[in-house]
Amino acid sequence: MSDKIKVFYEVPADDFTRAGEASSNLKSMLKKMGMNPETVRKVAIAMYEGEINMVIHASGGTIDVTVSQEEIEMVLKDQGPGIADIEMAMRAGYSTAPDKVRSLGFGAGMGLPNMKKYSDELKIESQVGIGTTVTMKVKIQC
Amino acid sequence: MVSESLTLHQQAMTITDLIQKGDFKILNEGNNTHNRITVPYCCDLLSIAMGKMPAGSAWVTVMGNMNTLAVAALAEAACIILAEGTDLDEPSKNKAKEQGITVLKTELPIFDAALMVYQYLNA
Repeated sequence: MSDKIKVFYEVPADDFTRAGEASSNLKSMLKKMGMNPETVRKVAIAMYEGEINMVIHASGGTIDVTVSQEEIEMVLKDQGPGIADIEMAMRAGYSTAPDKVRSLGFGAGMGLPNMKKYSDELKIESQVGIGTTVTMKVKIQC
Repeated sequence: MVSESLTLHQQAMTITDLIQKGDFKILNEGNNTHNRITVPYCCDLLSIAMGKMPAGSAWVTVMGNMNTLAVAALAEAACIILAEGTDLDEPSKNKAKEQGITVLKTELPIFDAALMVYQYLNA
């Protein structure tokens, strides 16, 4: 199987009831493909955190997923406010989530640390006022 | 089926077994009730739960919303136990049905609910 599988998701703005749909969808797809459960769990967690971040901070965005034989790549793009200090944002416990989402149980400041922990490669490109692109890769375990 | 690979000191307890103890009220019986509960887990902050909750957890929390369901499904919790009398709102109940996630509730505080699961697992 040398073909790559590509999937595209749109993440709607401000809709916490639908946040997680893209991750759930990808998770069940990977499960159906018979992928190793640990790989599936890593992808699901890393992508959910990215998806939630786009809803909380960036009025939604898009996710491009490419599944190859070796890895799963997720590219999350938004046109939100951007991240001024990526190093600071990566710190566990640091959060800029507004109160209304804290009351839903978010804002622990673990989103980016979780994305780092569960992906094998994480790249964040961000420009203040223009947007953020997060690329995550998870290696497929056999 | 799952229980064959168990170590001897810990009891095998499936979600069905826990339900049958009758301590918790059922808000939704999911499609995974034959799965084994591995450990009780307590946390209300979703990203911490997402990052740290072991697969197969009986997740005890007071957060009963749509996002709790998403985290439970993605992190592969065995079930959600809503403590302190918290409840799911209607859309979340429907979502739990749709996604086949087992959600239980109790008037007990988080610690007591988790302790109860722990004691069953280590009886």
